[in-house]
Amino acid sequence: MAQSILDIENLVTKFKTANGEVSAVRGISFSLKKGETLCIVGESGCGKSITALSIMGLLAGNARSEGSINFNGKNLLNVKHEEMRKIRGNEISMIFQEPMTALNPTFTVGFQLCEPLMIHNKLSKKAAFQKGIELLKQVGIPLPEKRMKQYPHELSGGMRQRVMIAIALACNPSLLIADEPTTALDVTIQAQILDLLNDLKDEFQTSLIMITHDMGVVAEVADRVIVMYAGEIIEEGTAEAIFNTPQHPYTKGLLSSVPNVDDPYFKLNPIPGTLPNLNEQISGCRFHPRCPHAMEKCIQHSPYRTKRTENHAVRCWLQEVEESEYRNYQPTSAV
Amino acid sequence: MNTVTTSRQVLYSIENVKKHYPIKGGIFKTVKSHVKAVDGITLDIFKGETLGVVGESGCGKSTLGRTILGLETATDGVMKFKGDDLSGKTPKQLKPYKREMQMIFQDPYASLNPKQRIGDALEEALIIHTDLEPAGRRSKVNQLLKEVGLKEEHYDRYPHEFSGGQRQRIGIARAISINPSFIVCDEPVSALDVSVQAQVIKLLKDLQEKHELTYMFVSHDLGVVRHLCDRVLVMYLGQMVELAPVAKLYENPTHPYTEALLSAIPRPVVGRKTERIRLQGDLPSPTDPPPGCAFHTRCPLATERCKMERPKWREIEDGHFIACHNK
Ligand SMILES: Nc1ncnc2c1ncn2[C@@H]1O[C@H](COP(=O)(O)OP(=O)(O)O)[C@@H](O)[C@H]1O
Ligand SMILES: Nc1ncnc2c1ncn2[C@@H]1O[C@H](COP(=O)(O)OP(=O)(O)O)[C@@H](O)[C@H]1O
Ligand code: SF4
Ligand code: SF4
Ligand SMILES: [Mg+2]
Ligand SMILES: [Mg+2]
Repeated sequence: MAQSILDIENLVTKFKTANGEVSAVRGISFSLKKGETLCIVGESGCGKSITALSIMGLLAGNARSEGSINFNGKNLLNVKHEEMRKIRGNEISMIFQEPMTALNPTFTVGFQLCEPLMIHNKLSKKAAFQKGIELLKQVGIPLPEKRMKQYPHELSGGMRQRVMIAIALACNPSLLIADEPTTALDVTIQAQILDLLNDLKDEFQTSLIMITHDMGVVAEVADRVIVMYAGEIIEEGTAEAIFNTPQHPYTKGLLSSVPNVDDPYFKLNPIPGTLPNLNEQISGCRFHPRCPHAMEKCIQHSPYRTKRTENHAVRCWLQEVEESEYRNYQPTSAV
Repeated sequence: MNTVTTSRQVLYSIENVKKHYPIKGGIFKTVKSHVKAVDGITLDIFKGETLGVVGESGCGKSTLGRTILGLETATDGVMKFKGDDLSGKTPKQLKPYKREMQMIFQDPYASLNPKQRIGDALEEALIIHTDLEPAGRRSKVNQLLKEVGLKEEHYDRYPHEFSGGQRQRIGIARAISINPSFIVCDEPVSALDVSVQAQVIKLLKDLQEKHELTYMFVSHDLGVVRHLCDRVLVMYLGQMVELAPVAKLYENPTHPYTEALLSAIPRPVVGRKTERIRLQGDLPSPTDPPPGCAFHTRCPLATERCKMERPKWREIEDGHFIACHNK
């Protein structure tokens, strides 16, 4: 078994706001093995990006994290700023949905690609330029010499995302975090980027955390999946477990909210309501106001994590009901 | 899908519609070239149907929608609504037609005045297009709010107080307020979360049934299009490449571009190893579309002929059209 390179335990990330402190991430734990791809899914606002930014140490000034993020034996939450900056350049990289926010519009692609190579890898200017061209080739950019001299706005969206990936890969990170990297792209270009990420992963054994809301993308790239709802992990498992035997009503809802392009008779079955605000107090299961199966118990108590198999865990009281059903053969009715 | 209820009565007929935007340059701001955003679209839109329009971003979907609603002046072409030729009509003569056609946008927030209460925003169209008294307008707005799944008390609220899904409901309420017969929905659910997206799709379907609406549904999401549309038009660089009833298009995509688009969609099924048709490169510029078949620079089946000769639009089966030399 490959060893894990990232172990997150009980991560809580809170923000100070005008209305007091709110938690965007509420005690999540997960780990990632070398070469593994983990997808984090859930509606916008459920805490996916904040989880990623907590790992990167790139949270806003009003944020505070508790728990531990162990990366290669170090708890990143205790690492000094200067060291974190080094880790970010060398060992962990991130790519964003909109590359324009991460690329500097006033510098050429070449400059932005070479700078980290010169700083972190101590390459000479000439060697960095050569390596830059190599990286652009690797991410499938035609005419790399020409691109090196261009500015980000001169490139198409798909091309910019490739440049972002090239920059992220420049120092051979062992962990790559991709936050909705294809959401803004057309499917044809998305397909190219997903192929690229898959190839790179195979070649370098990079571990990948991919954040997306597109279940199609998840099925395509994930080894394991984490489903988040309102700051919590409500279901996790192998891609097979999540797609073939989803358990949590929210996971099932996500899967039946997206019309299947191959199914002419697809029944759309939307999850009612919307994600609660961070400052909303919700008792018991945080999904209960939207859950079609909510029982009295769900309103009172937060469900605990039930392991269905070695590779599949759920936080939902229905698991318990199911178990007792198996035991007593007595139907339990939902309220 | 509601193929069964679709009649074959033509509501809107457009012929060779073009929209070219001039590009100005140089110190004298002279016209250097044109963006051929829409470059010769011919089709009939049937009463009661939902016509999907798909293609990569920049292929002219929104421009087509705006042009046939008269929000842009067509560069060329004939447009007949319920048999009446709209070209050459004065703005005053066009008013009754415009009332019958509405648009729902991807980002309803951009089209709402942040300082205007939602109720007032909804009343505006009623003031222009109906002769309802204030009390009548108020009750009509309340009824509209309920119809799109909002509440009467939302009347006094401002746009920023609503979530993305609620704002889209407001956009929909505004579009249906003056009882149009034809609505162009331009990526109406693309910016919404999947659960909210599904709720809004349901709403659009219900309203269509209730008010016998005809939709043109512009989207880059081919799953949503399959679920919602009766027929689908595939566009590439402002041109039509394939048009077919929804089942035919998805089960028997014929144009190489349609095939590539459909095969590029990641399926929510694990372990499905598909041979994806890989399209090389990006969309060429619509200012200078490739000669011959505009798709030839990326087409896996391109031959010499494709580089020179623009393929003709032809019917390969009842109601199934393509433009391709080699299919
Ligand atoms: N700096 C901040 N201050 C307060 N709240 C924040 C801040 N940044 C993010 N949030 C909130 O944290 C929650 C989780 O956000 P995020 O992780 O970005 O969601 P997503 O799952 O869409 O990536 C959201 O409710 C968001 O509004
Ligand atoms: N007002 C305009 N002036 C100049 N070019 C435009 C204008 N509106 C759209 N275009 C161009 O026309 C083409 C088609 O755009 P659009 O209809 O928005 O495509 P889609 O909706 O399919 O993404 C694009 O190349 C776009 O840049
Ligand atoms: S614990 Fe109860 S409310 Fe929560 S998801 Fe399960 S059934 Fe629904
Ligand atoms: S005409 Fe030629 S280039 Fe165009 S789609 Fe057909 S085969 Fe491809
Ligand atoms: Mg996010
Ligand atoms: Mg558009």
